[in-house]
Amino acid sequence: MKPHTKQRIAFSFLFLCTLLVILPVGLILIIIIKNGLPALSWQFLTDIPRAGMREGGIFPAIIGTFYLVLGAIIFALPIGVMCAIYLNEYTKENIFSRLIRLAIINLAGIPSVVYGLFGMALFVMFFKFGTSILSGALTLGIMILPVIITSTQEALRSVPKEFREVSFSLGISKWQTIKRVVLPCAFPGIITGAILGIGRAAGETAPLLFTVAAFYLPRLPRSIFDQVMAIPYHLYVISTQIPNIPEKIRYGTALVLVILVLGINLFAIILRIKLRRKQRW
Amino acid sequence: MSKIKEFIIEKIIFLCGIITIVFIILIFLFLLKEGLSLFKSVRIFEFIFGKNWYPISEPPQFGILPLILGSLLVTLGAGIISIPVGIGCAIFIAEVAPRWLKDILKAFIELLAAIPSVVLGFIGMVTLVPFVKNFFGLPTGLTAFTGSIMLAFMAMPTMVSIAEDALYAVPYTYKEAAYALGASRWQTIYRVIIPGAFSGILAAIMLGIGRVVGETMAVMMLTGNSARIPQSFFDPVRTLTATIANEMGEAVVGSQHYFALFSIGIVLFIISFFVNITADIFMHHKK
Amino acid sequence: MVDNPINIEVKDLNVWFKDIHALKGINLRIYKNEILSIIGPANSGKTSFLRTLNRLNDLTDGFRMTGKVIFDGKDIYSKDIDVNLLRIKIGMVFALPIPLPFSIFDNVAYGLQGRIKNNKEINQRVEKALKSAYLWEEVKDRLKESAYKLSGGQQQRLCIARTLALEPQVILFDEPCSGLDPISTAKIEEAMIRLKNDYTIILVTNNTKQAARVSDRTAFFLSGELIETDITNKIFTASMDKRTEDYITGRFG
Repeated sequence: MKPHTKQRIAFSFLFLCTLLVILPVGLILIIIIKNGLPALSWQFLTDIPRAGMREGGIFPAIIGTFYLVLGAIIFALPIGVMCAIYLNEYTKENIFSRLIRLAIINLAGIPSVVYGLFGMALFVMFFKFGTSILSGALTLGIMILPVIITSTQEALRSVPKEFREVSFSLGISKWQTIKRVVLPCAFPGIITGAILGIGRAAGETAPLLFTVAAFYLPRLPRSIFDQVMAIPYHLYVISTQIPNIPEKIRYGTALVLVILVLGINLFAIILRIKLRRKQRW
Repeated sequence: MSKIKEFIIEKIIFLCGIITIVFIILIFLFLLKEGLSLFKSVRIFEFIFGKNWYPISEPPQFGILPLILGSLLVTLGAGIISIPVGIGCAIFIAEVAPRWLKDILKAFIELLAAIPSVVLGFIGMVTLVPFVKNFFGLPTGLTAFTGSIMLAFMAMPTMVSIAEDALYAVPYTYKEAAYALGASRWQTIYRVIIPGAFSGILAAIMLGIGRVVGETMAVMMLTGNSARIPQSFFDPVRTLTATIANEMGEAVVGSQHYFALFSIGIVLFIISFFVNITADIFMHHKK
Repeated sequence: MVDNPINIEVKDLNVWFKDIHALKGINLRIYKNEILSIIGPANSGKTSFLRTLNRLNDLTDGFRMTGKVIFDGKDIYSKDIDVNLLRIKIGMVFALPIPLPFSIFDNVAYGLQGRIKNNKEINQRVEKALKSAYLWEEVKDRLKESAYKLSGGQQQRLCIARTLALEPQVILFDEPCSGLDPISTAKIEEAMIRLKNDYTIILVTNNTKQAARVSDRTAFFLSGELIETDITNKIFTASMDKRTEDYITGRFG
């Protein structure tokens, strides 16, 4: 066979592979949007579930997810950013920093259901927070730490080394240099990472199973020690646990979750592209 | 004054730096704390190789072999689908696609990675499950095969993005040298670029597979949750992760069943630990 | 110049970066209010020497040193030295203009903020520094604009002003004109000569003519060794060492 023909066959195969990855994504989105859109209404978004979740809306689940994500990011963002600062600004490459790096990739790889077990053992039982927003948010927070650390590190690395040198040469201390020059420069990248973390936390179900999620709780939480519903868990419940849920409600819930999660991610992606173009140095 | 402030802040930063190590150790310790109690009454060998998972029978039996095989089967299926497709897609994005298409495709892959697994599970339930049932004439569409297909989609974004990075990192001079010798683009790709990125591609595969092993929601919704040793791809199976997710709600805290679910957590932790360490070694192999 | 009091005294300085012996047994006195230029081919240790004087090498991986650098009667490498205070007293201007991503004003005020509480005093010091760097007239109406809007030469003078604002005793110039056109270079050289009245200046340069134009004394570095130091005129007309002459006349480097 001629090399040219071979190349054509090979490239067609590669293109086919790409289609196989891309098309189903589009298909999934189309199915969800087409079937979910009719369910979306102001009432669906703001009403509590009624008639054993067969009617009404998903408002408590939306609020629950909001609180959980908020709690997770409040916990994870400062710790994650400081961890990245430590790795990037305060250590040189040695065994210790390598251990931390290994810990980060392992945190990123631990199955989400294992996070659920851990959150249950540590927060629910050991710290006696009970199944509560606090336990769930902390569990999610630990889970999204790697996302925040990795993207913050990338953002810190993009700040030129010369800025730090200039600042030191002007007699500014290390922490002041980080606070006044490095962090402001890295800020947009850090925010992108935080948004990605939020997107991840918003879509997760397994870590919530034994730490917070309420099967059916048609009211708003009263404190951080209250249980809540969450959109992903709600979707799981109405898809598998309860018979005769109208298709419309299931698709509607799926659509809300997809819009939420993909919207957050799309926002982060666009933000990142814009920032790369705008970067002044 | 400002010196003291700086000192305190730097100590806090140091603490945050080591906190990831602390968390990893905490996770492992708490799994051990709860999980090891099981082995006061059940031998490890029986646990891993026992053929029966009857946690609430009298007496209960805690053999996780069917669950391990279930996870293995689903992972194998997802691997067979996702490895060639994912790596092919990575090569296309890294080496064949024009610049503008590359950015769009990468954004798409990122979106795919972001779709919550419970949504993929739901979509699988309403589309794939009835299709598999009717197409193969099975009593149920909830099978290892169904789970494999959906999980392949969860493995692919990880594989594609890491493999694409590895391919992209092959020095440009290699390509130039190959072109200078008169090689076509495809020859350059499979003789120079793929071998050059090989360890990175292996790492991509490992991490993609790691994601499949740890996946919970979609697999629980699609594979039928039958804790018997599967005979074929078209049997319902139950995975390690789905077992925990399914049964923890009903297990009495402090019971053997509860401990057994944590022991499964230990198994999953160890698997993911090895997958990630191996992938990391592959990834830093060339440097 | 040699009559002026000694400002910095370097004794038996050896510097290594990992296994590379970058500076070998340097002994050098720097006097108050002089311009000392340091010349030599690439990789002769000029910049490493400069960065030893304000301890910027501390940040470089694998840096080790022996010997002493006496400034203000104290070894700057002794334990009780406040490095940040040292770097205020010994300022530095880098090879390329590196404005921080702030406004023109904030760039000059950067080193002062947090140290001086009084805003009025900061304003005065910024204005004074910009005037000393011959930049004030060009930027006084646009202090709030980004520093990146300035031309290369203006940016470098901004960097000089940034250092001057701290009112140091010594200013280290690391090839400050390497990226600039002749007119910008002339402006910076003019500034340096005027600054000599108030500061001690150490100028690392690749441009031997520049050394001849502005400096009082010149030191010649080669492969990490200090070959000779003398009054600039002498170095350029009657150097003691053959290697110095070869370098100056352009036979190598």
